[in-house]
Amino acid sequence: MNIIVPIKQVPDLVEELEINADGTDLDREWLKMKLNEFDDHALEEALLMKDESGANVTAIALDGDDIDKALYAAAAKGADRLVKVTGATGNSTHQAAKALANAIQGMDYDLVMTGVQSVDDRDGQLAVILAHYLGNSHVSVVTGVQASGGSVTVQKEYGAGMVAEFEAATPVVLGIQAARETPRYVPVAKVRRAQKSSTIEEVAAGDAAADAGSTVSKMYKPETGAGAEMIDGSAEDQAAKVIEILTQKGVK
Amino acid sequence: MSNQIIVVVEHLKGNIEDITFEMLGKGKEIAGATGGELVALLLGNGADGLAGQLGAADKVIYVDDANLAEYNPQAYCKAVTQIVQANSPKMVLIGNTSMGMDIAGGVSVDANLPFIAYASGIANDGSSVTSSLYGGKMNVDSTPSGDGCIVSVIAGSFPADAGKADGSPSVENATVDVSGLSVTFKQLIEPEGGDVDITQQEILVSVGRGIQSDENLPMAEELAAKLGGAISCSRPIVDSKWLAKTRQVGKSGLKVKPKLYLALGISGAPEHIEGMKDADLIIAVNTDPKAPIFDYAHYGVVQDLFDFIPALSGKL
Repeated sequence: MNIIVPIKQVPDLVEELEINADGTDLDREWLKMKLNEFDDHALEEALLMKDESGANVTAIALDGDDIDKALYAAAAKGADRLVKVTGATGNSTHQAAKALANAIQGMDYDLVMTGVQSVDDRDGQLAVILAHYLGNSHVSVVTGVQASGGSVTVQKEYGAGMVAEFEAATPVVLGIQAARETPRYVPVAKVRRAQKSSTIEEVAAGDAAADAGSTVSKMYKPETGAGAEMIDGSAEDQAAKVIEILTQKGVK
Repeated sequence: MSNQIIVVVEHLKGNIEDITFEMLGKGKEIAGATGGELVALLLGNGADGLAGQLGAADKVIYVDDANLAEYNPQAYCKAVTQIVQANSPKMVLIGNTSMGMDIAGGVSVDANLPFIAYASGIANDGSSVTSSLYGGKMNVDSTPSGDGCIVSVIAGSFPADAGKADGSPSVENATVDVSGLSVTFKQLIEPEGGDVDITQQEILVSVGRGIQSDENLPMAEELAAKLGGAISCSRPIVDSKWLAKTRQVGKSGLKVKPKLYLALGISGAPEHIEGMKDADLIIAVNTDPKAPIFDYAHYGVVQDLFDFIPALSGKL
C-alpha cells in the first residue's frame, strides 16, 4: 500500500502574531513556523500502518520556509520518500490543493492522508479540496484507519463522542483528526542524520491555477479581554478574589 | 444567480442538529436584508417529516434517496453540488462541523464556487464574511469575488432560537444522481459510558495544554474535588491519552453548561469555545494575557497554573 501524506508548516501560535502593514495578512518576516499538528497526526497514522503492514509512506509538501526541515523530520520518523513541489504560488488552500494534485496524479498511491485542518486554511480544508481535484472520494475528521485489500475502513468522529464507520474503496483521501497514538517524537540528531541519508525529490507544480474565490479585506485581532474582568495581583490575591466571586455567585 | 440563501440541513438519528437552526436564523437575516429566499436543503431517505421543524425557511428542498439514508460524505457532496448547480444560490451555508467539513470544500471545487470557511460572522448584505482563524487569535474579513459563494459556519456563532420555528414551509421534492458511490456507511458507534457524565456536572475544572504533563493532573483533580466538581479537558489532553474521551469539551467532544467552568491553561481555540461558552460562570486562568479564552470568560486570571492552583486549593 502506498500512502501519501501532504504536510505543511503553519505559524506557531505560541508566538505573538503581528499583522502586516496592509492589514490583510500576518507579518511573516519573523514568524516562527511549525508543522501543522494535524499533519503530524496524519503522518503518525500512516507510519502506524507502515509498522503494521509494511506500507510505503511518502511525505509531500509545497516548497516554502523551513519545509526541508519538516520533510527530513518526516524521514527521521520513518517516511520512505520525500517530495517537494516547486513553483506553486499563492497561499490559498485551493492553490495548494491544485499544485499537490498535479504532483500526486503522477504518483502511484492508494491513500492520501493529511491533517483535517490547519490554523490558516481560510478558504477551506485541504483534504476534501485535494480529493475533488484528484477526482477521488474522501472522508474527513478521521480518527482511525484499517486497510484490507482494495479498501479501507475508517472511523469518522461526529460531535459528542459519536463515531461513524465507513468503508472506502481506494484510492481515497482522508482528513485526519487524530492518530491512534500520540505522534512520535524524533530527536534533532536523528533529523540531522536523515538530512544526510535521504534525498528530497523535486516535482514542478505545473499549471496550478486555482482561485480561493475571495479576497481578504481586513485582518484584525479579536477584542481580547473584552469579555473577562481581569483579576490582578499575586497568585494568592487572585485565588482569594476567585473564592470571593464563587461565594458571591453561590457556587461555593 | 438566484436570490436564494441555501442552508444545508444537518441531521443525525432523526434529530436536526442545532447548527442548522443557527444557520437558518442567520440566513433569515440575510434573506431579509437582500430580498432573498431562504431555502433549507434536506437530504435523506424517508426524512421528509423533519421539514415540519424547518419553519424558519421559506421553502424546503427535499431530496429522498436510498443512498442518503445515512450521512455519507460522497453522497452528500454529489447531492449538494447538483442542487447548488440547479439553483445558483447567492450563498450556501454549511456547518463547519464534522459533516460540513466533508461537504463544503467538495462543492466548492465541483460547482466552481468561492468557499470561505470558519465563519463566525456574516454581513447581512452577504458582502463580507468574518472567519475566525489562527486558533481564534485572528479575525479575517473576506469578500467573495464572484456571484454566489459557500460559507462554512462555526457552531455557536449565531443564536439557534432565531432559526427555530415550527410550521409548514412548502416542500419541493428534487431528485439528484447519487449513484456510483465508492464510500459506504457501515455503522454508528455510540460513545462509551464514562465514569462521570461531564454534561451533568455543575462544576467543571477543565485543563488544557497548559497543564504540560499528566503528572500535573492530580493537582487539578484535587482542586476539582475540593470544589465538588469533576475534571474535564480540551482536545490535546485526550489526544495525549491523559484523560478519557468522555472528559473532552468542545466540537468533537461534549457541549457543557455548568454553573462554573474553571478553564486552566486552555487557550480557547474556536473548537473548544463551541463546547463551553454557554456556561453560567467562566473563569479562565492562562499565562498568555492575549489568549482568546479571555474573550469568553467572565473573569480572567493571568498567572502560572502551578502557582494559582495550589493557592486556590489552599483556600478551599
